[in-house]
Amino acid sequence: MSDFTAVLAQIKPKLGCVADNLALIEGRIQRAITDKADLIVFPELALTGYFLKDLVPEVALRTDSPEIARLRELSRSISIAVGFVEVTDDYRFFNTALYLEDGVILHLHRKVYLPTYGLFDEQRYLARGERFRAFHTKFGRMGLLICEDMWHLSASYILAMDGATTLICLSSSPGRGVEGDTLGSAEAWQRLTSTTAMFLNSRVLYCNRVGFEDGINFWGGSEYVAPSGESLARGRLLEEDSVTAKLDEGALRRERIFSPMLRDENLFVTMQELRRIERERRL
Amino acid sequence: MAGLTANTELLRQILVGFVRDEVRKVGIRKAVLGLSGGIDSALVVFIAAEALGPENVHAVCMPYRSSNPESEAHAGLVAQACGVNFSVVPITPMVDAYFEMFPDADNMRRGNKMARERMTILFDHSARLSALVLGTSNKTELLLGYGTLYGDMASALNPVGDLYKTHIWQLSEAMGVPREVINKQPSADLWAGQTDEEELGFSYRQVDELLYRMVDQRLTREELIAAGFAAEFIDTVHAKIQNSHFKRRLPVIAKVSNRTIDRDFRYARDWGK
Repeated sequence: MSDFTAVLAQIKPKLGCVADNLALIEGRIQRAITDKADLIVFPELALTGYFLKDLVPEVALRTDSPEIARLRELSRSISIAVGFVEVTDDYRFFNTALYLEDGVILHLHRKVYLPTYGLFDEQRYLARGERFRAFHTKFGRMGLLICEDMWHLSASYILAMDGATTLICLSSSPGRGVEGDTLGSAEAWQRLTSTTAMFLNSRVLYCNRVGFEDGINFWGGSEYVAPSGESLARGRLLEEDSVTAKLDEGALRRERIFSPMLRDENLFVTMQELRRIERERRL
Repeated sequence: MAGLTANTELLRQILVGFVRDEVRKVGIRKAVLGLSGGIDSALVVFIAAEALGPENVHAVCMPYRSSNPESEAHAGLVAQACGVNFSVVPITPMVDAYFEMFPDADNMRRGNKMARERMTILFDHSARLSALVLGTSNKTELLLGYGTLYGDMASALNPVGDLYKTHIWQLSEAMGVPREVINKQPSADLWAGQTDEEELGFSYRQVDELLYRMVDQRLTREELIAAGFAAEFIDTVHAKIQNSHFKRRLPVIAKVSNRTIDRDFRYARDWGK
């Protein structure tokens, strides 16, 4: 596997405006192609905006829609990870992320953990995904997560055990907490991405959007965290940005030699205990 | 209390970004607001000037004949300090004309009428100038219901509605609001000598400590008592929040259809923006 360059497109989508957002996304893709990047990552629901509520069915796209076909076409020049609302043949609506490579949908992830607390209300409008699967790409094995998914240890754990060495997290994280040195949600996420990378000896590509929707800010701060847990590139807070990260295969290899926790992870013990817990919970 | 000490640099960045983004996304470049001479509207005008450029901000001072003359002077001082457009539209003729018909109206009715008179002027200026009306109600007064429904509580955008009065003081210091305005006693200035704290029966600092724990941290009544708050104070404040909740909601609509506005017809206000 070789080194590769990833761009994190920290954009400001317009709420409910698929055509405008597609144009914005295309612009960023063209620029990344010119800059000879290998992969470009967009935020969660980049094609639609976040607080959609009753707009969900109105902005949803089928995976065979012209918009997705256009992005597939562009993926002949650069790999693309992007979020949108997916509608299926049975009219369920998912918060979905696609990984596009060489003109095909290489992987489709439907957000499993739909937050419905505090300011969130996703499960009112969206159906829940039911799987975490790693997948092969030109740049090694990867896993996709959408925002809240990452706050569940099991999600990243499963992807890492499934062989992912790069975790891509697409996010629309609202900013809150102004007491500390930095924004509360930014600090919490930075701790999470760093810890996840370190625990699983994996890279994390975190792409978060910016802009405001009904007074709620999205804080940006997209970042590349190396398998050591160190943040090597980070986008601006609260402003549009483009973060370029060089993913160094050697660093991954070295980290896995120095800290072989994942190699030593005992899947048998984990499964045995989880099965026991599952059994006991059923009683 | 950590939660009542804000990172003012961050707060400023978010609120300036909020005004810029939310005003411009609707295709407008200007804002208008009432400048009373008090600290809340002074802070909002500073935020707006930074977000939109002072030339795009119109501050209107709307005194009544019983308003403290110092208020208008302070409003002018604030407008000058941040370079925004400033005008004075007295409300005495309209308010007095109305109360000639109802001479025995009490202070509360008169105060509410004045607040609503000012609202009509701001929304007329909104159309006149193609500018959005900025609200200046802070979180303390919104929670306590210490404001006039459809009066000073009315606006298109409110940058300071999630800031307690304690935060307003901190951010005002950081943004350079004139010292005289920061230091003076908060007052609705509806009649001579009125002060908020006297009318409320407690100080903003006291109540902010309580509100922060009660609302933001969701401490129980028992936990609040254990933290040193008097039971009577807790109950008074809780009752104020509960009894004023109607002011923080849209009018209640009787449901008869399958899709009732705001109940099961749900869209963000920034729909398509």
